[in-house]
Amino acid sequence: MNITVALDGHVQDHTAAPATGASHASKRIVVTYGFWIFLLSDIVMFSALFAAYSTLSRATAGGPSGAQLFDQVGVAIETACLLASSFTCGLMSLAIGSRRFGTTYLYALLTFALGGVFLALELREFAHMIAIGAAPQRSAFLSAFFALVGCHGLHVAVGLIWLLVMMVQVKVRRFSAAVERRLLCFALFWHALDIVWVWLFTVVYLIGVNQ
Amino acid sequence: MSLLGKLSWDAIPLDQPIVMGVSFVMVLVIASILGWITLKGHWSYLWGEWLTSVDHKRIGIMYVILALIMLLRGFADALMMRAQQAVAAGDAQGYLPPEHFDQIFSAHGTIMIFFVAMPFVIGLMNFVVPLQLGVRDMAFPTLNSIGLGLTASGILLTNISLVVGEFAKTGWVAYPPLSELQFSPGVGVDYYLWALQISGVGTLMTGVNFVTTILKTRAPGMSYMRMPVFCWTALASNLLIVAAFPVLTATFAMLLLDRYLDFHFFTIDGQGNAMMYVNLFWVWGHPEVYILILPAFGVFSEVVSTFSGKALFGYRSMVAATLVICVLSFVVWLHHFFTMGASANVNGFFGVMTMIIAVPTGVKVFNWLFTMYGGRVRFEVPILWSVGFMVTFVIGGMTGVLMAVPPADFQLHNSLFLVAHFHNVIIGGVVFGVMAGYNYWFPKAFGFKLDERWGVASFWCWLIGFYLAFMPLYALGLMGMTRRMQHYDVVSWQPWLVAAAAGAVVILAGIVCQIIQLVVSIRARETLKVTADPWNGRTLEWVAASPPPAWNFATLPVVTDIDAFWQQKKEAHIEHAPAAQSSGYELIEMPKNSAIGFVTAFLAVVVGFAMIWHIWWMAALGALGIFLTTLAFAFREKEEIEISVEEIARFEEMQHAEVVA
Repeated sequence: MNITVALDGHVQDHTAAPATGASHASKRIVVTYGFWIFLLSDIVMFSALFAAYSTLSRATAGGPSGAQLFDQVGVAIETACLLASSFTCGLMSLAIGSRRFGTTYLYALLTFALGGVFLALELREFAHMIAIGAAPQRSAFLSAFFALVGCHGLHVAVGLIWLLVMMVQVKVRRFSAAVERRLLCFALFWHALDIVWVWLFTVVYLIGVNQ
Repeated sequence: MSLLGKLSWDAIPLDQPIVMGVSFVMVLVIASILGWITLKGHWSYLWGEWLTSVDHKRIGIMYVILALIMLLRGFADALMMRAQQAVAAGDAQGYLPPEHFDQIFSAHGTIMIFFVAMPFVIGLMNFVVPLQLGVRDMAFPTLNSIGLGLTASGILLTNISLVVGEFAKTGWVAYPPLSELQFSPGVGVDYYLWALQISGVGTLMTGVNFVTTILKTRAPGMSYMRMPVFCWTALASNLLIVAAFPVLTATFAMLLLDRYLDFHFFTIDGQGNAMMYVNLFWVWGHPEVYILILPAFGVFSEVVSTFSGKALFGYRSMVAATLVICVLSFVVWLHHFFTMGASANVNGFFGVMTMIIAVPTGVKVFNWLFTMYGGRVRFEVPILWSVGFMVTFVIGGMTGVLMAVPPADFQLHNSLFLVAHFHNVIIGGVVFGVMAGYNYWFPKAFGFKLDERWGVASFWCWLIGFYLAFMPLYALGLMGMTRRMQHYDVVSWQPWLVAAAAGAVVILAGIVCQIIQLVVSIRARETLKVTADPWNGRTLEWVAASPPPAWNFATLPVVTDIDAFWQQKKEAHIEHAPAAQSSGYELIEMPKNSAIGFVTAFLAVVVGFAMIWHIWWMAALGALGIFLTTLAFAFREKEEIEISVEEIARFEEMQHAEVVA
């Protein structure tokens, strides 16, 4: 919701259609629209991984199953971190919209920290599973699990690096039009990762403990 | 653990004279081209005007050049296979050993689909779509350049496999468990996977770019229902790219994990599921054939309407049919493997859906026929290809519907009947389509027409050669011959295969005619010179000069109808574009050239090659390089250059003077 508010408020404030008149839509709209299309394609990629996971979720080859492996408390904390980071990311978008430099940094830092905690917890879970012999090489189920959850984790890691770069850009360029567009795309990306995680949490962890 | 991973001198197939001979010629040709460029001092022109260009027209032309070069490579593979099968009957073993033959048919399929058909279609779309939309460039010009670069990277990796190592022996679909490490321990499958992963990312970028361009940037007044049909088909095709290519990326990623990190997605052990690969592959693969054919349908729509001097019959039904195909293409994938053993109901569903998807295609064929009916048809080269397509494609479509019946498919699956069918629709549809488009838009791209006589000769060679090469395969399929046979014992098949080989030679004559056509036309470019509108065209690309300036249109056209240019001409009662205005231009901002596409492509080759040969440090360096390149791009100061009013006015005046003269 936050992002929508920021978007609407913004459009009224600063819609400066480029002088070229090459299109009806401003560059800001075109860029974020294109990024939406990319996000949709990314979600399609995840859907292929989800399909593989669903197909293989019972193919444990005599190894441990999800019910034996998943720790719902740990995952709940992970989820809380990621959702909270989405919230702080929304607050960051608002701060950008009203041109508040310090606040932007504060929320960026919070977003980064929460995302970092999420990633650390996920890696700890992976390390633990590998240590007890539930590595991806053990069974098709575990291959699919590590690939699906790991792919999401990889996205989060990329997001964190992106956020870092953007903070440097804000420092160097302040809120130039290009920097702002990129921050908007980052926000979209970050929220999309949340959406994927909600699915992942449901399909892998909630359903998984009963299998 | 060696510093160069699995790479050693053994990777160069010195013991195989055919491979070494071909490699030698390839290296020689590349070296002599590079030498020629150096000698003539063309490097700065090539770098500044082409390799770093973000102009959609230049990028489109480079895509088509890549496709034409790879057509020669893929066709050479085809000739070798036809020659092998023409002789390897009974006791004769032919001249190609099985492991070489296997690489050839795998490379042929991979190259023709990914590196001929795709870049050709994408090249045409790149060149034409922004012009038809009446805009100055794509939504993301630099991304466009990166997409081209990554496609070229995939092509380069595939060609490197000829000299260093080997290519996949698994067929172009690389089904596991054959493509798993257990049965394909060499680097062939890795070449296949990395080449396609890298070019696939490029294709996805292109898809995102086109969807955004078509949906968000169009000339004032161009509502959806005033968009040229080619733009509609490009939109549908790119929606399919966005929705289908990520599935291929994910599937190949799984196979890569299996091969590199001992995962068990598709392996025999660890309860992997090889059938899942086949499903996922065709969830991408069937939309892929529509990604290729829909833009070809778009070309035919433009060509048929232009050369009949009539508006396209049933524009709305054409648009609807395109979108119906776009959606239905996602619910027919299982017909590629009826024999897998899904239940009768599942097979039945997919069989019925496959028959249904033939309906919108039929609608299109009737629309084209009715467009020609009562028109004053000018039989120039593009429409020859179109008419050849209509006849050929209908035959190919009908054999497809035959195979959509699951019980029939159990007989025909993986037989030469299937091979004949998909060549019938891909050559008769996609290849004929891009050839029509090539002849149709060439004058727009370069300012002169292609020679007509050689064009006609090329068409007839292709058409006759196609029938001679592939009709025998239908018969052989019914006689029980399966695909991909290096050798066969049934001697009675041989005459048919000799006929097919003769057909391939006739197609070769067609390709030679095309090369001659190009050379002859370049030589006679002064006499073949054209103005903006050589065909009496209907859509906005014919408003722009031939070749169009970097900014396409001095002032953006305002669209009031379908066939916007035709409408303008009708209202002005003149044959050509209205006279150039001398003032009132505005400053135009165009995106600045960028080396990021080229650099990224180069580094992608480094990463791909390093991953194929397990040279981990090099892969890491390459990936770091790509990251740093992206950073450098993100921090660059100026994104656009300005084109002054004087420059635009000067160009327009010159153009006008030429038209009057």
